[in-house]
Amino acid sequence: MDMNQYLEIFIEESQEHLQSLNQCLLGLESNPNDINLLNEIFRVAHTLKGMAGTMGYTKITGLTHEMENILDLIRNGKVIVTSNIVDVLFECLDYLENSINNISNLGSELDTNIDDTKNKLKAILNGKPQNELKTIDIVKEEPSNLNFNEYDRNIIVKANQQGLVVLSIKIFLAKGCMLKSARAFIIFKTLESYSEIFKSSPKVEDIEDEKFENSFELAVITSEQIEIIKKALEDISEVEKVEVNVVNIDNNGEQNDENEINEKLEDKIIQTMKIENDDKDLSDDTQNKKAKIGKTVRVDIDRLDNLMNLVSELIIIKTRLEGIGADSGNQDMNEAVEYLERITTSLHDAVMKVRMVPIEKVFNRFPRMVRDLSKDLGKEIILNMSGEETELDRTVIDEIGDPLIHLIRNSIDHGIEETDERIQNNKNSTGNLYLRAYQDGNSVVIEVEDDGRGLNVDKIKKKALEKGIISKQDWSDLDDKNSIELIFRPGFSTAEMVSDISGRGVGLDVVKTKIESLGGNVEVETAKNKGSKFIIRLPLTLAIIQALLVKVGEEKFAIPLNAIKEITPISANTIRNVQGQEVVLYRNNVLPIIRLDRILEVSKSENQIDDELTTVVVKKGDKNAGFIVDSLIGQQEIVIKSLGKYLSGSTKIIAGATILGDGQVALIIDSNSLI
Amino acid sequence: MDLSNNIQQFVIFKLEDEEYGVDILKVKTIEKMTRVARVPKAAHYVEGVINLRGEVVPIIDLRKKFNLPKSVETDNTRIIIVSIEDITVGLIVDSASEVIEIPKEFIEDTPELVGNIDQSNISSIGKVNERIIILLNISRILSTVIV
Repeated sequence: MDMNQYLEIFIEESQEHLQSLNQCLLGLESNPNDINLLNEIFRVAHTLKGMAGTMGYTKITGLTHEMENILDLIRNGKVIVTSNIVDVLFECLDYLENSINNISNLGSELDTNIDDTKNKLKAILNGKPQNELKTIDIVKEEPSNLNFNEYDRNIIVKANQQGLVVLSIKIFLAKGCMLKSARAFIIFKTLESYSEIFKSSPKVEDIEDEKFENSFELAVITSEQIEIIKKALEDISEVEKVEVNVVNIDNNGEQNDENEINEKLEDKIIQTMKIENDDKDLSDDTQNKKAKIGKTVRVDIDRLDNLMNLVSELIIIKTRLEGIGADSGNQDMNEAVEYLERITTSLHDAVMKVRMVPIEKVFNRFPRMVRDLSKDLGKEIILNMSGEETELDRTVIDEIGDPLIHLIRNSIDHGIEETDERIQNNKNSTGNLYLRAYQDGNSVVIEVEDDGRGLNVDKIKKKALEKGIISKQDWSDLDDKNSIELIFRPGFSTAEMVSDISGRGVGLDVVKTKIESLGGNVEVETAKNKGSKFIIRLPLTLAIIQALLVKVGEEKFAIPLNAIKEITPISANTIRNVQGQEVVLYRNNVLPIIRLDRILEVSKSENQIDDELTTVVVKKGDKNAGFIVDSLIGQQEIVIKSLGKYLSGSTKIIAGATILGDGQVALIIDSNSLI
Repeated sequence: MDLSNNIQQFVIFKLEDEEYGVDILKVKTIEKMTRVARVPKAAHYVEGVINLRGEVVPIIDLRKKFNLPKSVETDNTRIIIVSIEDITVGLIVDSASEVIEIPKEFIEDTPELVGNIDQSNISSIGKVNERIIILLNISRILSTVIV
């Protein structure tokens, strides 16, 4: 069989499983007794073992097998989770991750020696005698976990009275049966055609979740022959053995009123129905949960881009139709266009959603990273994350990981102080790192905040001077805010000691460039001894935005609506000149004025002096500026097109271009670069 | 004899009085002059961008690029859309009329001086009958702009 076609699926799924393994291990470290986590880890290790086995990756199979052994011991309470065990499990995870990466890059398993890790696992295993492991197995196979309570007994008695037989059926599935819950489902279905199941061990939900070994037990009421049922069950594939016993319960002299029993039975029936319903809900729930992990279609991002382009074209033509509709004054036409608009908007939203990925995908790797780094540095750090569900465009998600890693490493290495220093400064010895994501209008904000020592402005200036980034003259001119911005200059690093975590001087400028290339920006807030906060602002979508179309001279330009605060007329004689910068006092704030015709080098036929200037007030973070335009055209949904590689970098003030309904090209002003 | 190896095809266009050629494999389409949106702060010879069937394509005025005198737009003015790797650019030319085949042996290295065009933009000179055709080095023309 050609395995190549499965390779991609194997890699993708393994990566997902490893991701969840990572999370569970972190959870286990802080919550060693959480049985659900253990089960999940066990499940993941088991699945990985199965998949790797199928693909013929023996090392992964071997390692996961050893992991399973340990986990099984832990599950059965034979071994207590220690940080040592978690460390070893993390080591396994690292190997698995590297190995899967190797498979995806080079097509073969990682060849490093894993005997060391395996031996560590074995050492833990050997801490407990091997045969004990076996006894567990035997214990598990001991019969009758069906403990009938009074209620069940009543049912049995009642059934016996009606001449029905109560059976306890123990079903053993073949070892290596892959879809145990599916098998169980078939068994349930089969049984239901002959009988009524009223009790199971383990519980039905657990069976559905595959939370059982190779056997389970059921109690049923039936009028059929035992042999027929047994035969029917044995005919189901992968059922190894079926044990059927008749259950007889003496009516313990309890003189129950016939009616009462009847009522109870009816109750029971109603309840069973309810339970069935509940079960359905439950299975729906589990399906929903699984849908997030498994029920997805993997689509090449290029295809999505193509779809996006088509939607863009559709929106352009829609805008054109709008124009035609408005000109014609035809009512029917207008209604049709309005309807078309609703559809295109929904279509656009839908396509955008397809491209959206929760930022969780990026955040997931940070707990582990913080854990490892803080261990290495001997600092106590708690990572607080929020807003993992915030969604961002896939292309942004793919790019944002590295800048965030950089910022987090910086915070841990430079921001948060050594434990001693923290205590000296009357701070909690444990440092806090906050990672937040949230949506703010049409952008997504990611904050990396620490409660460390904060940025030292003087030190930054000194360093910048040393590195020749600023001159002596600049020293006094720079205010605090601008000084802090120096850390984003290329070649800047203030770490007194270069560590392998950060401080090689290739850092924040790369972060800034990357984020700006994604159409976002990054800002810093800092307070001495209180900590520092990096605020990253990213656009929600990269392709289609709402924009205000304006006219400057005879040319049309688009200003992204999310940057616009308001539009206001300003009378020309209120403009003052402060150090070469035109400003106006607006709502008691100084508002810098930017004349777009000058910045954009628009040639105007004649400089007519308007008394009232149309001003578009745009914002960038907490800064504002007023753009003077000649006239407003209106708000429109525009499709951002890149100016192409050829022009990239040559014009910073232009964020891109868009095609208007009439086929004209209008340039999109990057207001951020102008403020 | 392998013809394909010995004969190259070129799109011929005119600027001033000279004839120029572009390797046909690098030409995507030839368009009539359309409305160009100016791009501020771009290099002086970048005329702007046009809408080419939904794509935004930058346009270079070859006259400006080659420091030739400015000319008026006529019915013959064309935009030759060339693309190299992932860069697509349109070139404004006075007219583009034909495609000719030039056998390899009629293509010569650039002589020392050819008018006032920067030498590096020219890859070679083609001779067809009595005509002299300046063959452009498109990748060079496109790469110098990115500065």
